[in-house]
Amino acid sequence: MMVRRISYREALREALREALQQDARVFLMGEDVGRYGGTYAVSKGLLDEFGPERIRDTPLSELGFVGAGIGAALGGLRPIVEVMTVNFSLLALDPIVNTAAMLRHMSGGQFSVPIVIRMATGAGRQVAAQHSNSFEGWYAHVPGLKVLAPATVEDARGMLAPALADPDPVLIFEHAQLYNLEGELPEKVQVDIRSAQVRRVGRDVSLITHGGSLPKALRAAEELAAQGIAAEVVDLRVLRPLDDATIMASVRKCRRAVVVDEGWRTGSLAAEVMARIGEQAFFDLDAPLARVCSEEVPIPYARHLEEAALPQVPKIVAAVQALMGKGQ
Amino acid sequence: MSEASIPAPPTGPVPWGKPLAHAMLADMLRIRRMEERCAQLYGEQKIRGFLHLYIGEEAVATGALRALQAEDNVVATYREHGHALLRGVGMGAIMAEMFGKQEGCSRGRGGSMHLFDRAHRFFGGNAIVGGGLPLAVGLALADKLTQRPALTACFFGEGAMAEGAFHEAANLAALWQLPVLFLCENNLYAMGTALARSEAQTDLCAKAASYGIATQAVDGMDVVAVHEAVQQAAQQVRQGNGPLFLELRTYRFRAHSMFDPELYRNKAEVEAWKTRGPIHTYTARLKAQGRLSEDEFLALDAAAQAEVEAAVAFAEAGTWEPVADLLRDVQTPQGAGA
Repeated sequence: MMVRRISYREALREALREALQQDARVFLMGEDVGRYGGTYAVSKGLLDEFGPERIRDTPLSELGFVGAGIGAALGGLRPIVEVMTVNFSLLALDPIVNTAAMLRHMSGGQFSVPIVIRMATGAGRQVAAQHSNSFEGWYAHVPGLKVLAPATVEDARGMLAPALADPDPVLIFEHAQLYNLEGELPEKVQVDIRSAQVRRVGRDVSLITHGGSLPKALRAAEELAAQGIAAEVVDLRVLRPLDDATIMASVRKCRRAVVVDEGWRTGSLAAEVMARIGEQAFFDLDAPLARVCSEEVPIPYARHLEEAALPQVPKIVAAVQALMGKGQ
Repeated sequence: MSEASIPAPPTGPVPWGKPLAHAMLADMLRIRRMEERCAQLYGEQKIRGFLHLYIGEEAVATGALRALQAEDNVVATYREHGHALLRGVGMGAIMAEMFGKQEGCSRGRGGSMHLFDRAHRFFGGNAIVGGGLPLAVGLALADKLTQRPALTACFFGEGAMAEGAFHEAANLAALWQLPVLFLCENNLYAMGTALARSEAQTDLCAKAASYGIATQAVDGMDVVAVHEAVQQAAQQVRQGNGPLFLELRTYRFRAHSMFDPELYRNKAEVEAWKTRGPIHTYTARLKAQGRLSEDEFLALDAAAQAEVEAAVAFAEAGTWEPVADLLRDVQTPQGAGA
C-alpha cells in the first residue's frame, strides 16, 4: 500500500475537497475561508475550485454565521462552519450550546442538526491570552455535541467524512501548533469518531492526552524509554463521548496514569478523565493519578512565560518520575 | 408611552369576503380562548414553568400566518402558542406539551416555550431572545442554495432588536439577499423595560433600514392591516430580492409571564390599549358591515371554546413518558438520519 508524506494542513484540505466533491449539500462557510484562503491556509484554492456559493466568506459575525449554519443544516444542507479560533467561538456559544446541542431534545426528537463546526485551538505561538485558549473541554461538557480533536495527519484527513455523516452537531478542534505537522498517510484512510487510540504501546504508565499535547506526550515517552520507563500514550481523539474502554484498558495494564491537557487544571477535561479512572479503575492503580495541565493564568505573551504556562515535555517526564517513585 | 399617544382603534371596512373574514376571527378566538384556559390551568398547577401569553397580540400571528404557504419556514419566540396553533399544530398537542405529557408536540421535553412541528415546518419555540434570527437566515440560505421556492418568516420581539443577533442576522440576510421575512412584534416592553428605556433609536424600521432592507410599520392590532402587509411583503420576498422587515405595533394585555407583577406600567395604559383590542374592534367592524351577526359570533366563539375543552381533555388523558426514557433524543439514533 502506498504511503504518502503530507502535512496536517494538507490533510484537512484534502478532506474538505473530497467532502465538497462528493456531496452537493456540503458547503464551507467562515471568516476568510475564500479569497484569503483560510486563516491557517486550510481552504487555500478551494474558492477557485468550488466557487463563492460553496466557499462562502462571512462577515465577522460568529453568532450570526454559526447560527445560520445551524439553520442551513435544518434546511437540508450539510454545512461545515469554520470559526477562526476557539477564542472567537465564545461569541457563538449561544447558538452552539442553546440551539445546536439542544434542538433535537427540545423538539422531542423532530429536528436533528447535522452541522460540522471546525476551529483552531491552543497556544504556543506567542499570540497572547485572547488567542491562546483551549476550550474544547468546555464543549465536551455539553450533551448533544460530539467533540473531536484530530492530532495526527490521518485523523486530520479522515475525521471530516464521518463527522459529516453524523446527523448531530460535531465540533472539530484543530490545534494551531499541528497545522505544519507532517506525517505518513496511508492510501486508504478510514478512521472512526468513536474510539481513543493507543499511539505508543507501553506497560509502566499511561499518558492520556489529545490534540496539541500528543506530540509532547510522545516525546516524553521517548525520554522516559531512555530511563527504562515504558510509557503508553493514549490519544483521546474523541473528547465527547469519551472512550472509557480504551482508557481503562490502558490504565489497568499500566497501573499508573498521567493526564496531559492544555486546558486549565480546574474543571478541566483532565479532571473528568481522572474522575472516570477513579470511578472505574481505582483498585487497579498502584499510584495516585496525576495530571499536567496549563497553569492557572491567562496565557502570557513573553516566550519564556508562555512556555512555563503550558504542558511541556520536561513537566510530563517529571510527573511520571514522581509517580514511579511513589509506585515502586 | 403616554395614554395620549395611543392611536385610535382600527376602523374601516374589512376588504374580505365572509369566509376569510370569519376564518380570521375564528383564528383569533382560538388563540384567545386557548390562552385564557392556559392561565386558568396555570393557577391549577396543571401547567408549570414559564408561560408567556399572547393575549392582545393575536392579530399579528393571525394576519401573518394566513399570508404564508405550506412550504415556507416559520421561526418563532417563546410567546408562540398562537403561531404554533395557526401553523397547524393541533391544540391538543400544544396543550399536552404544556402539561408535560408525551403526547405533546415536543413529547413534553420542551414545554410552553419550545413548541415544534417538523411536518408544518415550524422551527420553534426559541427561548433565547433573538436566538431564532440567525436560524432563519440559515434556513433561507438553504432554500436559496437549493433553489427551493420558499421564504422564512421569523417572528421576534422588539427586545430582540437590542441583541447582536438581530444585527448580525439582518446584515447576513441583506448581504446574501436571502428570502427572510423579518416580523418584529413590537409590544413596547422587553419584559418590563419600555422601548425608550432600552433603545437609543426607537424607530425600529430605521434600524432595519440601515442594512438596506425595505421596511414598513403596521398597526399590529388590526388583523386586516397585518394580513395585507404581510401578504405584499411575502410576495416581494418570494421574488428573490432579499429580505423585508415589518414592524407590527401591538400590545400585550397580560403580564410578561406568570411571575410578572407588572410594576413597570400603569393600569390606565393597559386599559387604554384594550380599547384597541384586536378581537372586539374587528368584530365591531364586521358587524357594522353586516358581515357578522351576533349569533355567528357566538357560534365561532363556542366552537373555539369546544376545541379548547377537547384539547384540555386530550392533555389530561395524556401519559407521562417513562423515566427510563430520560436520555432519549439527545442524539439521533443510528440509522435514523437527520
